[in-house]
Amino acid sequence: MQLRSMYQEIILDHYRHPIGRELLEPFDVEVHHVNPTCGDEITLRVRLEDGVVTGIGHQGQGCSISQASVSVMTELLVGKSLERALEIESAFLALMQSKGVGEPDEDVLEDAVAFVGVSKYPARVKCALLGWMAFKDAALQAVNGSLKETP
Amino acid sequence: MTTTSARLGASTSLDVASIRADFPILSRTVREDRRLVYLDSGATSQKPRQVLDAERAFYEQHNAAVHRGAHQLAEEATDAYEQARATIAAFVGARTDEIVFTKNATEGLNLVAYSLGNATYSDDPAAQALRLGPGDRIVVTEMEHHANLVPWQELCRRTGAELVWLGVDDEGRLDLSDLDTIVNEQTKVLSFTHQSNVLGTINPVDVLVARARQVGALVVIDACQSVPHMPVDVTTLGADLVTFSGHKMLGPTGIGVLWGRAEILQAMPPFITGGSMIETVFMDRSTFALPPQRFEAGTPMVAQAVGLAAACDYLSHLGMDNVHAHEVDLTAYALEGLATLPGVRIIGPETSTDRGGAVSFVVDGIHAHDVGQVLDDRGVEVRVGHHCAWPLMRRFGVAATTRASFYIYNDRSDIDALVEATAAAQEFFKVR
Repeated sequence: MQLRSMYQEIILDHYRHPIGRELLEPFDVEVHHVNPTCGDEITLRVRLEDGVVTGIGHQGQGCSISQASVSVMTELLVGKSLERALEIESAFLALMQSKGVGEPDEDVLEDAVAFVGVSKYPARVKCALLGWMAFKDAALQAVNGSLKETP
Repeated sequence: MTTTSARLGASTSLDVASIRADFPILSRTVREDRRLVYLDSGATSQKPRQVLDAERAFYEQHNAAVHRGAHQLAEEATDAYEQARATIAAFVGARTDEIVFTKNATEGLNLVAYSLGNATYSDDPAAQALRLGPGDRIVVTEMEHHANLVPWQELCRRTGAELVWLGVDDEGRLDLSDLDTIVNEQTKVLSFTHQSNVLGTINPVDVLVARARQVGALVVIDACQSVPHMPVDVTTLGADLVTFSGHKMLGPTGIGVLWGRAEILQAMPPFITGGSMIETVFMDRSTFALPPQRFEAGTPMVAQAVGLAAACDYLSHLGMDNVHAHEVDLTAYALEGLATLPGVRIIGPETSTDRGGAVSFVVDGIHAHDVGQVLDDRGVEVRVGHHCAWPLMRRFGVAATTRASFYIYNDRSDIDALVEATAAAQEFFKVR
């Protein structure tokens, strides 16, 4: 029974009781991402104030891994500076690409370390990354948008 | 392979134990020594030793480039390639010169779509009847695999023709109530799947062909999920063009077949051009070979053709009527077994009438990926996702389904494993 290594309790908890599952108002940027191999999709909104992520909201459909992952991400990144949020995103990406041998830094990733088991299953890595890629896209759009506005 | 299941024991038209002995991969284990329960033949089938041996023998004894060179190996390779064409032609009741080798069925469908597009811009009078433009109509169905949808979308975009489709009813069968208005006088092409890769539905070819004939539309059939699983005679189907893939019928990957009526193939301009498909070449223009060579540019997949012919021989030896009967039995058994699980809903016909061995279902409260993960943990290998039929998923209001698909090497114990594993998924995710 290897299932428990993927579906750790913390993942199942976030799946059943997701954080940030709402269309955030007000927001700076909205993105829509799909996983073309399975059809999962997510609409994600981000709010930034003075370089700090002050809100993330998401809606969509997907498996337990994708839903839990975006929930964990929301809990982890809201309140962080954008710079720090993107560092955490990079750490999570590295963990997911580690093929099960990553040694995640719990100080950086907190609950997101639970996804180490998922990284052993190549078909599921994209599920775990769906929300994170959406966040990165939205955050970068928000930054680029504000840069354009600055003369 | 043994099981103690009380639900076992029905007679079958195939000797599954001896068939399984021909498939080396079926004796391996997966995920911590679980018995492999392979229920994903709709995606690709496993290959018997006879097919692997045929490919190896070709490479070890006869390998050379075909249709060129005057040496002995070139003669033998050409013979093997053309003999394979004849075997495959006989398997589907076709004339040998009506069999075009392609990479797979997707390429077969693209070949047709691009050829029709090329006909539209061709000054060859032979191609005139195949031209498309604004006001013309191409009809598909809502249950098509993306391979039989996207090429037509693109052809319509290039030519200005209109794409229209037949809908699907709640049971997963084609809604033919407005067949005559959808397939109207403007319809130039009617392209549909013989058997749905998601629903398992076998479509009424006779009704569709009869209507297409009334309006003079070209009939294209995606036979990917039918030729491997039931007797198919392309001449009695009544279509103009039929395509299927080798790898879904015990053959190698990288080879598929497009059958076309000789007069249609002769009128069709080439799709991929280059070596081997020409008649004469000048610096500024070329003329093209007769079919099937016209559609086989470049060095073809010779060993794969030889392997596919061995697969046809293997299936012929079993008898396609027996293959079909076996799968109907497994399908009925699977539908019955899954029906015992509350919260499991079949997407597609709930009886085995006019239905093949692809059974899609959703489990309330569990995403298909998660169902598939639990099944995989128990060695049960199925397909999860949208099955390259995204519009069909939307039609049924689901994001994804779990699909089990059966073949000659499956038996009732495999279905028992599927049902038990699905129940285990419900328990794991606490939805029952």
